[in-house]
Amino acid sequence: MSFDLDHYISDFDQLQKNDNWFSEQRQSALNLFKETGFPSSRQEDWRYTDVRPIAKKKFSNIHEHAISLSNKEVDAVRFQGLDCIELVFINGVFCKEHSHLDDLPANVIIENMADALKEDDALLAKHLAHHADNKISPFTALNTAFIQHGTYIHVPKNTVIEKPINILYLSKADKSPFATHPRNLIIMAEHSEATVIESYVGIDDGDYFTNAVTEVALSADAILKHYKVQQESLNAYHVGNLNVVHGKNSKLESHSISLGGSLVRNDIHSQLAAEGAEIVMNGLYMTTDKQHVDNHTRVDHLKPNTFSTENYRGILNGKSRAVFNGKVIVHKDAQKIEAHQNNANLLLSNDAEIDTKPELEIYADDVKCSHGATVGQLDQNMLFYLRSRAIDEETARSLLTYAFADELISNISFIPIRNRLERLVIGQLPDAALIREFTNEQS
Amino acid sequence: MATNNENVEALVRKDYEHGFFTDIESDTVAPGLSEETIAFISAKKEEPQWLLEWRLKAYRHWLTMKDPTWAHLDIEHIDYQAISYYSAPKSKDDGPKSLDEVDPKLLETYEKLGIPLQEQMMLAGVAVDAVFDSVSVATTFKSKLADAGVIFCSFSEAVTKYPELVKKYLGSVVPAADNFFAALNSAVFTDGSFVYIPKGVRCPMELSTYFRINASNTGQFERTLIIADEASHVSYLEGCTAPMRDENQLHAAVVELVALEDAQIKYSTVQNWYPGDENGKGGIYNFVTKRGDCRGDNSKISWTQVETGSAITWKYPSCILKGDNSVGEFYSVAVTNNHQQADTGTKMIHIGKNTRSTIISKGISARHAQQSYRGLVKISKSADNARNYTQCDSLLMGDQCGAHTFPYIEAKNSTATVEHEATTSKIGDDQLFYCMQRGIKEEDAVNMIVNGFCKEVFKELPMEFAVEAQKLLGITLEGAVG
Repeated sequence: MSFDLDHYISDFDQLQKNDNWFSEQRQSALNLFKETGFPSSRQEDWRYTDVRPIAKKKFSNIHEHAISLSNKEVDAVRFQGLDCIELVFINGVFCKEHSHLDDLPANVIIENMADALKEDDALLAKHLAHHADNKISPFTALNTAFIQHGTYIHVPKNTVIEKPINILYLSKADKSPFATHPRNLIIMAEHSEATVIESYVGIDDGDYFTNAVTEVALSADAILKHYKVQQESLNAYHVGNLNVVHGKNSKLESHSISLGGSLVRNDIHSQLAAEGAEIVMNGLYMTTDKQHVDNHTRVDHLKPNTFSTENYRGILNGKSRAVFNGKVIVHKDAQKIEAHQNNANLLLSNDAEIDTKPELEIYADDVKCSHGATVGQLDQNMLFYLRSRAIDEETARSLLTYAFADELISNISFIPIRNRLERLVIGQLPDAALIREFTNEQS
Repeated sequence: MATNNENVEALVRKDYEHGFFTDIESDTVAPGLSEETIAFISAKKEEPQWLLEWRLKAYRHWLTMKDPTWAHLDIEHIDYQAISYYSAPKSKDDGPKSLDEVDPKLLETYEKLGIPLQEQMMLAGVAVDAVFDSVSVATTFKSKLADAGVIFCSFSEAVTKYPELVKKYLGSVVPAADNFFAALNSAVFTDGSFVYIPKGVRCPMELSTYFRINASNTGQFERTLIIADEASHVSYLEGCTAPMRDENQLHAAVVELVALEDAQIKYSTVQNWYPGDENGKGGIYNFVTKRGDCRGDNSKISWTQVETGSAITWKYPSCILKGDNSVGEFYSVAVTNNHQQADTGTKMIHIGKNTRSTIISKGISARHAQQSYRGLVKISKSADNARNYTQCDSLLMGDQCGAHTFPYIEAKNSTATVEHEATTSKIGDDQLFYCMQRGIKEEDAVNMIVNGFCKEVFKELPMEFAVEAQKLLGITLEGAVG
């Protein structure tokens, strides 16, 4: 099935491009997108996710007038009382007033991608669009064609950024449906460390499409903690790609929380391209109503002694549908690998559907790989235990559901984020107030 | 029961000694596939008009289909027009004249499996001239089944003798247009087995293709249909452990099982076709569609397979759990060595309430072999309290082989419980060391560990099969470690 892509092409022509050095890559990405179009569910990678709702809609890719948000609106999604480096984007456009980019450590670059693009920076040219393969997803190609605003981070050698870098992509309803293509590039030099939080938040019930791509390049011994919190509006579409290339002994901790959006697809692609590299992936998705959330992860163990651990959990309610696909590929001669993967799903409603597919592709023999997937409901024995202690059924259910999610949230070492996520998760459950009481008593 | 089987087996084996082939060379049709070929096959088999039409319909649909490419297999292009679709068994003159002409490696394997010399000749395709009346064997065997009311005959015979049964059930589990190879089979199948177990009957013996009369040439497109009527029980064995010499490279069989209310079918397969030589040359392509339909409440279908042969295996024995409380099981050991490839697994489609399924898959991959487990567990909206447990483990031997797992789980019912677990690793050095320091030779230690790895599946096999399967495993993997 092919869809009309003309408005993407005409928008591309209108796009302000102040970056001649990048124009060739833009053009070839657009050509690729023109050629492939949107993926169809006949493609194995898109088997359970139908992107026709995105393909059918005519989103505007150009934002002529700036939408502004009040301090109060932005504060609502900030981490209260947490001192962080902050970048705020409103409907895809960088907003200087709300951002905090003062007193960065020496030689650290954290800036809006659109500004970085204007200068012909060798480092940027070396990395931008080199770690995310346009061919893997047409959405990545589309993003590459439309790169403008986004976050460019470079952490130099032996530098540790203590403050978390909080990136807020806020979207508010506009006159007509719009698409944003945020592009983030995080370059971590040797022995550097940082924490990055990407939040995608719908301020109201806007109808828009976020097509985000994040590229991460980790040099030897670099450590990055990456959080993605997806709280788009329930009318919004979200496609996000995280692409990571690992250097020696580098480590990425990825936490992906998906709560919002009507049609959501999250992709993580990690290339463990040097010995000692490690990736930890945690994910939580909670869906309700008619939400559709698809999480795809792919880890390539390209070199010996590389490690991956993955743990994704889903809670499905209403008529929602979730998809999980975790692929672990151990390449030839990549010996001494450990790769473990787990996906657990809780079906709370009879109209919900889960399609899960953990995959292992192994071409080496000295490996320890495992994966597991479960689909189930709340344990009757546990429910009975709580009921027998005079907790009413609904509260008992909520508590157990919360406990299921908390197994993931408790893995988060960064306390302010953990607290915020606990609050967010509880907020999605019935009897939120009661559960808060219970959990607060505990802690 | 076991001794009884052995007796029958011994008698039937005797039959092989004296050759089984009849000279029907004049019947062979020229290579190529067309409506005429199909009409020719149908006419040869003296089939009724409806069956010819059924075949033609399948053929016309097949023409619109493409070779499936989704499996994790590297298949050389198959020229379907180069195959002879009604080939009588190869004439004696084409086969080796004596065992001296047979590949010594094949003979070595026979030796190890303890196959009698005469039978070796038969398996290797050596022409043995002798006339022997097999009627007596057949009579003892058949009368016993007839007493129980069990129908066990070749498919062609069933078409003539029991057309109503065939017409009612043929294609009801695997529709003619189900997939590329099933459609091809539906169009050109030559023969196969037909089993009907009447209501309330427990089949008095294990049915085996090994015993079946006229079994020598079912051809490359075999069709099996087993119907277990209400509250009946049957155990069916397919294949044998000895490697069979076969001239046909492509095998596309279809097996359909129907279990009505309270019925149980147990289907065991040992497949050890020619896997090609050490460099991956030659070998059989085994593209089989096997499916069981638990049509009635409380019915049960159980698949057990030991797959060690074939260059390429493409096989997914499945269960459709339609009846309430029905049970599906899949136990599999697949071994690939040298350049063998296998993409195998199962589908469990839960439709009825309280349906249960178990999947235990053990894969062993050695040298350059590539093996995949591909499975689907589908819980439909109607399948309240459905339960599935899946475990697939892979064992790797050698740093050039591959083991892959592609499990699909689709759940649409909140009362369902689905569990999937998979592991991949090599034989633990510590395990080997433990055995060896107790004076067990490395090769024996590997054998022991591999057998332990497969035990869960072997215990599902009928006794005689299990013993042979263990032996077979050792031989297939000989020298793969160390």
